[in-house]
Amino acid sequence: MALNATQETSTGPVLELANIHKAFGGVVAVEDFSLDLHAGEIVALVGDNGAGKSTLIKMISGVHAPTSGTISLDGEAVAFADASVARAHGVEVVYQDLALADQQPVYMNMFLGRETVRGPLNLLDRKAMMRETQALVDELDVRIPSAKAIIRDLSGGQRQGVAIARATHWAKKLILLDEPTAALGVAETARVEEIVKILRERNIAILIISHSLDQVFRLSDRICVLRRGVQIGVRETAKSDKNEIVSMITGVA
Amino acid sequence: MEWLKSARQTFDLQQYVVYLGFLAIFLFFAITLSDDGFLTTRNLSNIVLQTAPATIMAIGFVFVLSAGEIDLSFGSIVAVSALSGAVVMQDYPMVAGIAAGLGVGLAIGWFNGVLVAYLRLPSFLVTLATLGLFAGLARSMTNLRSIPVVNDAFTGFFGSGALFGIPSLILWTIGAVIVGHIVYRESRFGAHVIATGDNAGAAQVSGIKVPRIRLAVMMISGGCAGLAGLLYAGRLQAARYTLGESDLMTVIAAVIVGGTALNGGKGSVIGALVGSLLMGMLNNGLILMGLSVSDQMIVRGLIILIAVAISLRDTSR
Repeated sequence: MALNATQETSTGPVLELANIHKAFGGVVAVEDFSLDLHAGEIVALVGDNGAGKSTLIKMISGVHAPTSGTISLDGEAVAFADASVARAHGVEVVYQDLALADQQPVYMNMFLGRETVRGPLNLLDRKAMMRETQALVDELDVRIPSAKAIIRDLSGGQRQGVAIARATHWAKKLILLDEPTAALGVAETARVEEIVKILRERNIAILIISHSLDQVFRLSDRICVLRRGVQIGVRETAKSDKNEIVSMITGVA
Repeated sequence: MEWLKSARQTFDLQQYVVYLGFLAIFLFFAITLSDDGFLTTRNLSNIVLQTAPATIMAIGFVFVLSAGEIDLSFGSIVAVSALSGAVVMQDYPMVAGIAAGLGVGLAIGWFNGVLVAYLRLPSFLVTLATLGLFAGLARSMTNLRSIPVVNDAFTGFFGSGALFGIPSLILWTIGAVIVGHIVYRESRFGAHVIATGDNAGAAQVSGIKVPRIRLAVMMISGGCAGLAGLLYAGRLQAARYTLGESDLMTVIAAVIVGGTALNGGKGSVIGALVGSLLMGMLNNGLILMGLSVSDQMIVRGLIILIAVAISLRDTSR
C-alpha cells in the first residue's frame, strides 16, 4: 500500500511547519510556529478559543495561505492554492461540522467529489464504491447498518466514523482532525478514539485539535500548546501531566 | 434499530407515491369515463403528446431543485425561445431556427445562472424578476402577434411528424427522459448536482466546483425550456407569447409529486415524467368529465395540494 511506500522512501517528518506566520490584516493569528509531524504519530494541538488552532489547520489544508514561513510535506515545500490541491497531496481534514451530505448514502459520501466511474460514458460505478466502502468501514470497525445507509439515519458517532473513514480512504500521509468528538457522547467518543488509534497503526500522521485534555492524554504522543497565536511549547505526552499543560494553556503558573 | 427500519420503510413508500397516485387516478378515470373514450389509444397517446413540453421542462426543473435552487422563469423562456425560433425561420432554414430557440433558452439560463452562482443572489428572486422581464419581452417582440411556423421540416421534426409510426413528440419525450435520467442518476455531474443541493459546504470542501454546478443547472433549465418552446411551436405550427405561461404550476407539481425535494439533495427524472403524465391525465380526465374551466382549476388545485402534501409529509423531519 501507499502508506508503506511512504515509510520506505522517507524517514524524515511527514509534515514540517517552519516559522509559520499568519496575519489577517493587522491582526496576528499565528506567529512563528514550527512543528514536525512523523508517520504513525498523533500530535494534539491545544489552546483556548482564539489561540489560532483552526487557523493552523486551515493553512495546512490549503484554505488559508500563511503570510510567511514554509509548509513541507515529505521534505518538499508546498504551497496549496486551495483545499483540493492539499487533498491531491494526500492531506485530508475531518471537520467539526462533519461535511457530509445528509440525504445521500454512506458510499456516495465516501466518494463525494471523487466518484468512481467506469465504461466509455464515465458512468458512476456504484457497485465498486459500495464494495470499497464496505471493506473500509469493516476494517475500521465503523458500525453502520450498510454502505447504502442514508447519513440522516445514522447516529452522531456513526456519522463521525464515516467522516473519518472517508479521510482515511483518501489520506496518503496526513489527517487533520478538528475536534472530531466535540458533538459526541461518551460511548461514541470512545469509538472514534479507537478508530483514530487504528489510523496511527496504519502509519498515518495525525494532527488533532481537542478541547478535552483527557482525550489528548489518551490519544496523543506529543502535545503542542498555543496561546493567542504564540507557540508556548511542545511536550511529550508521556513525560507531561495535565497540570503542566493547563498552566501552559492559561499562562498561569 | 427498529425505528431505523421503519424510517427506511416509510422513506421507500414515499418514493412510490407518484406511481400509486398515477395508478389510482388512471383507474378512477378508466372506470368513470369508460363511455367517454378515456381509454382509447387515441386519447391516451394525446395525453402523452400534450404533456411533452411540460415533461421536458420538468426534467430541467429536477436538476435546478436538486441543486438547491429554483427557476420560476422557464415559462417565459419557453415563449421567448419559441418566438425567436419562429421569427428566424421566416427567413432562414430550420437549423437556424432550432439554434435560435435553443440558444436563447441557454443564454437566458446562463444569465439567471451568473446572477445566482457568482453574485449569489437568491434564485427565487432572480428568476421571479426574469420571469416578468422575459414575459414582457415576449410580448413586445411581436406586438402580441403570433408568428406562424410554415417550415414543414420543422413542424414534422418537432410536432406532427413520426418515425416508425411513433409521433415525434413521444420520441422527444423518451429521448429527453433517458438522457436526463442517465445524466442525473449515473454521471458524476449528476452526483455533484445532488451533493450541492444536499450540503453545498460539504460539496465545496470535497472539491466540487459549486458555482459551476449552480450555473450549469440554470442553463439546463433554460435549455430544456428552449426545447419545450420549439416543441410547442412545432405542434401548434405557430409561436405566441402565451406559450408556457400556464405551465409553471403544472411543472412544479409534477416534479414535487415525482419525488424531488423542494429544498434540494434528492430527486428523480423518472418520477418527474410520471408526475407530468399524471398532471396531463388529470387535465384530460377533467375535461372529459365535462367540468367547466373554473371547476377544472379548482379540482386540479385541490388534487395537486393533496398529492404534494402526501409526497412531502415524510421528508420534513
